[in-house]
Amino acid sequence: MSEASPADRAGTLGALETHLRARRDSGAKLLVPYVTGGYQGWQRAVEAAAAAGADAIEIGIPFSDPVIDGPVIQQASTAALAGGATPASVLEEARELDTGIPHAAMTYYNLCHHQGHERFASALLEAGVSAAILPDLPYIEAGPWLEAAASGGIEAILLAAPTTPDHRLAQLCEASRGFVYAIGLLGVTGERKALASTATEIAARCKAVTHRPVLTGVGIGSPQQAVEACEVADGVAVGSAVVRTLMSDGPEAVGELVASYRTALDHG
Amino acid sequence: MGEPTPSSRSVMGEPTTDGRFGEFGGRFVPETLVAACEELEAAFREAWADPAFVAEFETTLRDYGGRPSPLTECRNLSSQLGLRLLVKREDLNHTGSHKINNVIGQALLAQRMGKTRLVAETGAGQHGVATATAAALLGMECKVYMGAVDVDRQALNVFRMRLLGSEVESVQSGSRTLKDAVNEALRDWVATVENTHYCLGSVMGPHPYPWMVRTFHHILGDEAAAQCKDLTGGDPDVVVACVGGGSNAAGIFSGFADGDARLVGVEPAGGAAVGRGVPGVVHGMTSYLMQDEVGQVMEAESISAGLDYPGVGPEHAYLAAIGRAEYPSVTDDEVVEAFTLMSRAEGIIPALECAHALAWIVRAAPEMQGQTVLMNLSGRGDKDVDQMMDVLGMHGLSE
Repeated sequence: MSEASPADRAGTLGALETHLRARRDSGAKLLVPYVTGGYQGWQRAVEAAAAAGADAIEIGIPFSDPVIDGPVIQQASTAALAGGATPASVLEEARELDTGIPHAAMTYYNLCHHQGHERFASALLEAGVSAAILPDLPYIEAGPWLEAAASGGIEAILLAAPTTPDHRLAQLCEASRGFVYAIGLLGVTGERKALASTATEIAARCKAVTHRPVLTGVGIGSPQQAVEACEVADGVAVGSAVVRTLMSDGPEAVGELVASYRTALDHG
Repeated sequence: MGEPTPSSRSVMGEPTTDGRFGEFGGRFVPETLVAACEELEAAFREAWADPAFVAEFETTLRDYGGRPSPLTECRNLSSQLGLRLLVKREDLNHTGSHKINNVIGQALLAQRMGKTRLVAETGAGQHGVATATAAALLGMECKVYMGAVDVDRQALNVFRMRLLGSEVESVQSGSRTLKDAVNEALRDWVATVENTHYCLGSVMGPHPYPWMVRTFHHILGDEAAAQCKDLTGGDPDVVVACVGGGSNAAGIFSGFADGDARLVGVEPAGGAAVGRGVPGVVHGMTSYLMQDEVGQVMEAESISAGLDYPGVGPEHAYLAAIGRAEYPSVTDDEVVEAFTLMSRAEGIIPALECAHALAWIVRAAPEMQGQTVLMNLSGRGDKDVDQMMDVLGMHGLSE
């Protein structure tokens, strides 16, 4: 565990974690939708999601080889790249957003590695992005990025998996910033018919070792599943359902979808 | 980072505890797979230290795989090129390439670990066929991912895999070639890691794969070194192999890396990761990677499906960085000429992959006059004749 006292740590909390802790401590369940940056209408989708009650937004920066993504997000990434999206263009567009809630970038490590950790962190900061999720950079390899992110003012969110052993889970939850992303199942992003039993198990294991907000993501396919997940977790990250709606029905429909999750979480 | 390799150790020794060859390698996989990589490393270390496992591996390669493969002196090409050309005949192995060495090793290991299912990626289909073969032999379930482009140009190997009882999935994402097949195999493994072993086909991916796969191919380098010594009294002057991910090159280099032989890995011009790449991170490793100006991975493009890969194994990146091996590239046209040349001069139809190695030898021959050159003939060309019939025409005539 960290050498810093809880009070010291609280003093260094970033914008995202501060916001999520406050919302959680007020009794709310946290809702963080994911939108593929650069996809047609993505900015309006983000604004609609924020207006519908999202607590923060994950902005996907499309990568050529999205190895942890299922078909829906792959398709959106491919379309965004074909439309000319680059990390710079997505961040430039992100900077224009005014949602009133924190933004987290979600992308793959090579885009960060290629630009250089420090430059990547400062590019996020300039775009008004508070945090970053790099799902193919596991905790055991994340050291240099965690350092650069911390000194660059970016909250580096780490992912915990059902297969993560206990000793690493505690370290990982301690090192994570913003929140702990609990991967709900063994598999890639995408909606499933039912919530996996692993979703509540991993959330419970994380909650047992950290005070940080624990959000379950991967495999949350309906408002009802979000409610189930939140029986243990502090909140949910919802990706494929949002992106599928954006692709089939456009940005305004994303607002309606997010509102349905918000309502379920508030009253479920 | 771990300790630097002491000079007393082999140039191609064990990587550091965090899986590095110099600055390359590592374990850049989703958190879900980290434990599986650790479990695999522990199982491999334990098995490789067990004489019974090693004996089963070697016996299977001998009695089922056909090892040792011969070393052939190519007298006609030698006199044409003004050098002494020896080729290591991995094309004569069961399933037609060196791939069987690694696959038998991994399948036996997977079985020992209690896994019941194998997944694999394949480019030209050689690794897929080898994996399907091992799965049939050991009674394991098997699914092979193959880019849709490769499924079209390697229809015979697709049929072979299905005949052997494996499922073949045509991958439609990305560039629909080898790199996308790797992505899809990784996605499968993320979801099935509890009962499935990912039988990776090259010296790439997260630690321990680059090291483990090279170790399973070390046998061909050791054989070649002993055969060269018997025939010529020592090491060759030059050792040449083609490089996509780099498994056959790693195997043969490992027999000579601590000697004085010049080591040459030949890349396709359209997939020259060492030649044109910069360090990047994809498929679990840090290595040289062909990428655009922002870091998107580029699509490799070569006449040979087996070398259509924008990255390269991390140990090759290391050997290039320290100057122990060199990695020139050859064009598709040079490859087609070499393919025809070897067929006509020696009565050996090489795989298009190893025709890259010969293409470089032909080009560099003027500066290697009188030298002994060992080439790894890593696979046979049967799988390529259909494609080459389109390129050369029915009569096999190149202009």
